[in-house]
Amino acid sequence: MNSDREEMSCQEFQAQLPELVGSGEDMSKHPHLQSCENCKALLADLQTIADAAKQLLPVEQPKEDLWDRIDAAIRLEEGALGQEE
Amino acid sequence: MPRSDLAKKNSPDSNTEPAPQAAEPVRVAAVDSKAVDADALARAQAGDHHAFAHLYSLHKRRIYSLCLRMVGNAAEAEDLTQEAFLQLHRKIATFRGDSAFSTWLHRLAINVVLMHLRKKGLALMSLDEAMEPTQSDGPGRSFGAPDLALAGSIDRLALERAVGDLPAGYRLVFVLHDVEGYEHNEIADMLECSIGNSKSQLHKARLKLRDALRTSLERGGQR
Repeated sequence: MNSDREEMSCQEFQAQLPELVGSGEDMSKHPHLQSCENCKALLADLQTIADAAKQLLPVEQPKEDLWDRIDAAIRLEEGALGQEE
Repeated sequence: MPRSDLAKKNSPDSNTEPAPQAAEPVRVAAVDSKAVDADALARAQAGDHHAFAHLYSLHKRRIYSLCLRMVGNAAEAEDLTQEAFLQLHRKIATFRGDSAFSTWLHRLAINVVLMHLRKKGLALMSLDEAMEPTQSDGPGRSFGAPDLALAGSIDRLALERAVGDLPAGYRLVFVLHDVEGYEHNEIADMLECSIGNSKSQLHKARLKLRDALRTSLERGGQR
């Protein structure tokens, strides 16, 4: 942590966020966050969104007749292959 | 390996049906399901049509949900689910178990979706858009007052809606990274972009979601 990071503006800090967050670096000790409630709240929100996304389960069901479509397509392919042979 | 294939969903077999709520049945169901899955897989690889139908019933929800989140359209997602299972049928005999079957199927489905989007002419990633933040779309929009924190107040439906409203490129990276658990290097390979581009798109996606969720909260959760 150097003085440049302490004097970083919100704009400079946020411009670096994609790389900082993407690298997995522990951001809690970042000097800019010690004095900037706005950026601290932003980071907390982004983390909340990432955490909530992990809880999104595969809950959606396809229509009941989708298997019939797939089954028909498979049989069609198998029939075509059978004719080739 | 996608986090969803590990312990991400608190279910060791989250690739099949959502886990029951109670702790003990989860483990029992997971063990049973895995045994059935392996048996059905072996039989399906040998050409057993009923076994393949069983694999479909085990994995349809996860594959359809993945397709739906990636394209944001139910009819398209069903077509893509169909194509994914057709490809699975063509290729299942080539599965050698180098990775978990669910991981392999998952990646196959992602490739089907990405190929479909490319055929539609959708540029999956715009380097310029990703690397050059604008005043209306970049970090600059986050300088406002932190008066409405999201912590603890995101409901699943609001988040699903907001993800569905994301621009296609942002949605792809968000779904692949934050929902499905792929790493940036894996996403970069899939989307044929740089790792920095993937990080940038993800960050912008989260910023857009934050705006959408805050707006939703301000409106009292109604839309």
